[in-house]
Amino acid sequence: MSKPPGGLLAAYRHVDAATRAIRGLKDLGYKDFTVYTPAPNHEVNAAVGHRVSPVRLWTLVGGLTGCVTGFAMTLWMSYDWPIVVGGKPLGSVIPYVVIAFELTVLFGAAATIAGLLFHAWRNARPAGYDPRFTDDMIGIFVPCPVERRPAVQEILRSAGAEEVRVET
Amino acid sequence: MATLAQPRTPVTPPTYAEITRDVAATLGNPSRGYYILLGFVLTVLAIGVGALLYQIRFGLGVAGYTPPVMWGVYITNFVFWVGIAHSGTLISAILYLFRSAWRTAVYRTAEAMTVFAVLTAGLFPLIHIGRIWYAYWLFPYPNQRQLWINFKSPLVFDVFAVSTYLTVSTLFLIVGLIPDIAAVRDVATGWRKKLYRITALGWRGTDQQWRHYLKAYLYLAALATPLVLSVHSVVSWDFAVSIVPGWHATIFAPYFVAGAIYSGVALVVTLLVPLRKVFRMERYITGDHFDNLAKLLMLTGFIVGYAYATEYFLAWYSGNQFERAAFWNRAFGDYWWATWTMIICNAFLPLFLIFRKVRRSIPAMFVLSLFVNLGMWFERFVIIVVSLSHEYEPYAFGHYTPSWVEWAILCGSFAWFFTWFLLFAKNFPTVSISEVKEIIPMPRKGRAHT
Repeated sequence: MSKPPGGLLAAYRHVDAATRAIRGLKDLGYKDFTVYTPAPNHEVNAAVGHRVSPVRLWTLVGGLTGCVTGFAMTLWMSYDWPIVVGGKPLGSVIPYVVIAFELTVLFGAAATIAGLLFHAWRNARPAGYDPRFTDDMIGIFVPCPVERRPAVQEILRSAGAEEVRVET
Repeated sequence: MATLAQPRTPVTPPTYAEITRDVAATLGNPSRGYYILLGFVLTVLAIGVGALLYQIRFGLGVAGYTPPVMWGVYITNFVFWVGIAHSGTLISAILYLFRSAWRTAVYRTAEAMTVFAVLTAGLFPLIHIGRIWYAYWLFPYPNQRQLWINFKSPLVFDVFAVSTYLTVSTLFLIVGLIPDIAAVRDVATGWRKKLYRITALGWRGTDQQWRHYLKAYLYLAALATPLVLSVHSVVSWDFAVSIVPGWHATIFAPYFVAGAIYSGVALVVTLLVPLRKVFRMERYITGDHFDNLAKLLMLTGFIVGYAYATEYFLAWYSGNQFERAAFWNRAFGDYWWATWTMIICNAFLPLFLIFRKVRRSIPAMFVLSLFVNLGMWFERFVIIVVSLSHEYEPYAFGHYTPSWVEWAILCGSFAWFFTWFLLFAKNFPTVSISEVKEIIPMPRKGRAHT
């Protein structure tokens, strides 16, 4: 990750304090702050208020691609070298459902992972960090120029930050 | 499912810092006992690999195959290990969709077990085909004769089902691990810190990361749920679509899926009992967890017992003399001992789980889980070997006895599984840090966190 921009990094022990700070920042018009939580937290999610992740679209497209691939592959291969097996029609759609189903799951899962990596990487912002944020603290990093820092610091502190430090 | 999550063992919930500390403490430097165990497992694995090399050198004749029994211990092992895998996905994906809170402490162990069990199962078709170097013929690939594989065959379904299952369960395990690896990265030292820094893939638990992560995890669980049901159904069709008496039954798919979850939950119990003790996880994996696992065992055990009864009923009620002869032979023929082992271990022993005392007694659960797995191995043996040995024509009946090579490879497969599991348990968190934290509320201002 490239060097983080200057800003303020606050650490919270209490979830209600952190959500208060997030709401305060949003009221002030800040959108590009980063919130760290050790585990998914509904209150923090609600305060940050993201839209639904587009990863689900990747799953849908991947799954449909897998399904089409499964039927297309089995049918094409059956007719490419036509051999009647067990007196069944060359292109027997019912047994091919199994292959199509497995490929739906395989492609769907692979696309979900690709979507996760793509979106998590694309939305990654260089930001200050502290190892305690994967342990038991909630972190908020607000990138802001020096002249705005007192106002932001006031919001972070009054919400109940355990500590606020300047990241340069 | 909500009632399952009601805790009955009163324990003080750990704080977030304690969770990180307790799980990180399971990593660190292994004790001498660990190395002794690993050494033993590797020795058994070496014996299994030696037997396999011997078979590759001298051909499948060294296995005990006797016509008409041309599927033996290898296919039994394949079905057994695929079955073992199933409960891991049940606990990690299906119970996730049900929002079952108790799964958080045990699902990582179950999921790792899934991946390693499929990894073991996948070896057996290769061992069974004999000329292992032609295994790639199972996949559709352009070749000089322009032939494609027969997509109407359940054996080809298997290739797709098992390889999809291995891929998806591995991805699911890795995705679940990422936040936990980041948590141990931030407290680790030395070479492990470097390892975790790479394997955490830059995870920091930002709002954006969680936002996409949770959605991806949900959809992976939603994809894994029908997948797990399909895999053992497909395995059961290997048998059910053929006309061998004892195989040709429509109940096979649900019967196999229930049996798979049954044997898998039993192995989860077998693994969790020592793991809980060695890693001092008593606070996280409590009597409630064993109680819930016991209920799963009981449910699937009853389904399996019911399926046994149905098979015998249908053999009688159908009036089909071949079917009747096959089932009479199962219970009173050459392999009566295998059949009765299976019936006693799988249908009668789980009746003890009706008693709450048994469900909550860890030694009792451990012993019971071993018997269930013994019984489930014999179930597959009975279905495969006994049915094949006694088909239609009395002059073509046969008797199959596994050779030492097959037993050695069976032991080797357990060693292969445990090698992976031991290496995993000491290097990656076997209890999910972030998910255990998720079910414990974060402290709030003004009210002390207990």
